[in-house]
Amino acid sequence: MNNKVKALIAIVVVAIAGVVVVQQQSGGDVTLTLATVNNGQMKDMESLKSEFEADNPGIKVNFQVMEEGDLRSAVTSDVANKAGQYDIVTIGAYEVPQWGANGWLTDLTSDLADDAYDVGDILPPVKDALSVDGMQYAVPFYGESSILMYNKEILDAKGVKLSNNPTWNEVAAAAKKVNSANTAGICLRGKPGWGDLFAPLTTVVQTFGGTWYDMNWDAKVNAPEFVQAVTFYKDLLASAGQKDPVSYSFNECLTALKTGKVAMWYDASVAASMLEADDSPVKGKMGYAHAPVAKTKEAGWLWSWNLAVPANTQNKEAAVKFIKWATSKEYHNLVGTKLGWSLVPPGARTSTYSIPEYKEAAAAYAPITLEVMSAVNPKQPGVNPQPWVGIQYVAIPEFQDVGNQVAQLVADAIAGRITVKEALDKGQVIAQAAGDAQK
Amino acid sequence: MKSTKATLITGATWIIAVTYFFPVAWMFINSFKTENDAASLTPKFIFTPTLEGFSRLADRGMVDYLTNSLMASVISTALVLLLAIPAAYALSVRPIVKVQDALFFFISTRFMPAAASILPLFIIFKNLRVLDNIFALSLVYAAMNLPIAIWMMRSFLSEVPHEVIEASRIDGANFETELWSVVLPIVLPGIAAVALICFIFSWNEYFFSVLLTSANAKTTPPFLASFVDGRGQFLAVLSAASTVAALPVILAGWFAQKQLVRGLAMGAVK
Repeated sequence: MNNKVKALIAIVVVAIAGVVVVQQQSGGDVTLTLATVNNGQMKDMESLKSEFEADNPGIKVNFQVMEEGDLRSAVTSDVANKAGQYDIVTIGAYEVPQWGANGWLTDLTSDLADDAYDVGDILPPVKDALSVDGMQYAVPFYGESSILMYNKEILDAKGVKLSNNPTWNEVAAAAKKVNSANTAGICLRGKPGWGDLFAPLTTVVQTFGGTWYDMNWDAKVNAPEFVQAVTFYKDLLASAGQKDPVSYSFNECLTALKTGKVAMWYDASVAASMLEADDSPVKGKMGYAHAPVAKTKEAGWLWSWNLAVPANTQNKEAAVKFIKWATSKEYHNLVGTKLGWSLVPPGARTSTYSIPEYKEAAAAYAPITLEVMSAVNPKQPGVNPQPWVGIQYVAIPEFQDVGNQVAQLVADAIAGRITVKEALDKGQVIAQAAGDAQK
Repeated sequence: MKSTKATLITGATWIIAVTYFFPVAWMFINSFKTENDAASLTPKFIFTPTLEGFSRLADRGMVDYLTNSLMASVISTALVLLLAIPAAYALSVRPIVKVQDALFFFISTRFMPAAASILPLFIIFKNLRVLDNIFALSLVYAAMNLPIAIWMMRSFLSEVPHEVIEASRIDGANFETELWSVVLPIVLPGIAAVALICFIFSWNEYFFSVLLTSANAKTTPPFLASFVDGRGQFLAVLSAASTVAALPVILAGWFAQKQLVRGLAMGAVK
């Protein structure tokens, strides 16, 4: 046989042999695989994992960092099919109650009951959002609400003052007053997506008295309150918002505010720590206020990135040990002493806001973050009761698709391609189909 | 008049070339910026260069992902060539019956979108315990590229003059000699083109890698995406990662340029 043919056959044999090799874990040691999202707090956790490994010989933690959309796809297919590739998963507050109810996650209630962990220290609204029927399925690594951020220098120059609990009418008037050719009055997300445009917009809808669904899962997307809120949002963007709003989400608005292209921004509270970072041009120039309201007392959203243990993991004991360490008071102290106090994960534990060093490092935004996160109500964020727990999303599997489709329609309305009424009439049909599936 | 026309054509060619090349050049430039400079609303052409982005790649272990990509691409390309050449041979030089039906069958395997096959694949991989296995991923890539490789190879093999094959047979060449010493040397540029295209497709494949791998076999494209941060700036480090990831393919294309041009031109004229 020709040598070339033999070489090719050898390659195939090696490839096929590789396929059937089943990787065996070396006896005794446990390697935990953690699927997580790429952001500063998670990177800090990865940099500190050696401390956990040193205290727990025999346990190694392997971080798999993914883009947010990839994380959702990979973790959902893995956990739903009980494939067991991941021992610990990072999931949002949107997924936890659904996956917990499906039996996909380990019930952590008894594991968290020890005094040292102090589960009662977790911010109550966050804990509520991670529990189903009294059983807790995940622990928050960090959390956030939404607040109004504004450049005091720009507002002061125009003689504009904002209260600590502003109304949307007050904010709209201020935005119009400071709006100029070089500086937009306010930056609001317009990029289509349930997690982009509809995160802030849903809170506006709720404080205007609207909701996605009533208690019977009948959609209310083209109800007068929903239409009024979306019209207000669109008009505010048109009269005092950034140019080309449908291409703006969190990062674009962050850059615009940092570079003085906009005067105000309503978005995630975690942005405040970036605006106050040492390399930020607006450090020390910013003011912060509660999410603007209309008919409700609070209108901030609630989000947390959480650590959960899939129900079928082979390493449950070690996985639970790690997530308790990563969300403990001791971990917060470790981050503060090793990496800097301003980097302590916010919005998870009440006690974090009592640490003197943290209060000093995060003086500009820590008090308002705690105030808003303690005040929001994920069980009834709007005027009327709702059949799910959650603020800026509807905790049903169909919502990602519904939210994305309706967001695209609303973005079309913001861009002037269709009217708000047309967009929401179409959105009503889409939302109702998902609502019917819940009945 | 002729000179004006030539100048216009040259000018238009330059504009098109620069338009195509600019995003790549901008990626390269951004890879040497700080995150603040890269995210600046006003594009910055003058800045203090930094290697911070590249340093972060090393910290995140990019070499492992590049190694996985290289293994998956090389193994799958070798498998594809091993199967596509004989298949194409049987569809052109020594045609089987119902060639058109066979060709249609091969291309029909690409009709279904990858998303439709991912769940069955995932379950099969899970049951065979080959999730997160680079060899299993290579098999998927080989299956993914095989139909297009067969079609391309058939087109190249059809270009081989039948008289040359006849002459070799008259001279007493057996099948093995005919294949190795007569046909393959003639279509070598075509094989190079097929190999490079399969390599590029495998190197850039994203969807299957995200879902079928986790800790050990993850390839470079999902690693690149992992720098995208919904709550912070990432353009500089993403540009650095993309620059490094693009290098192997650019180098492979550059080295094989001569063969490629000849190969891609084959089959164009009957």
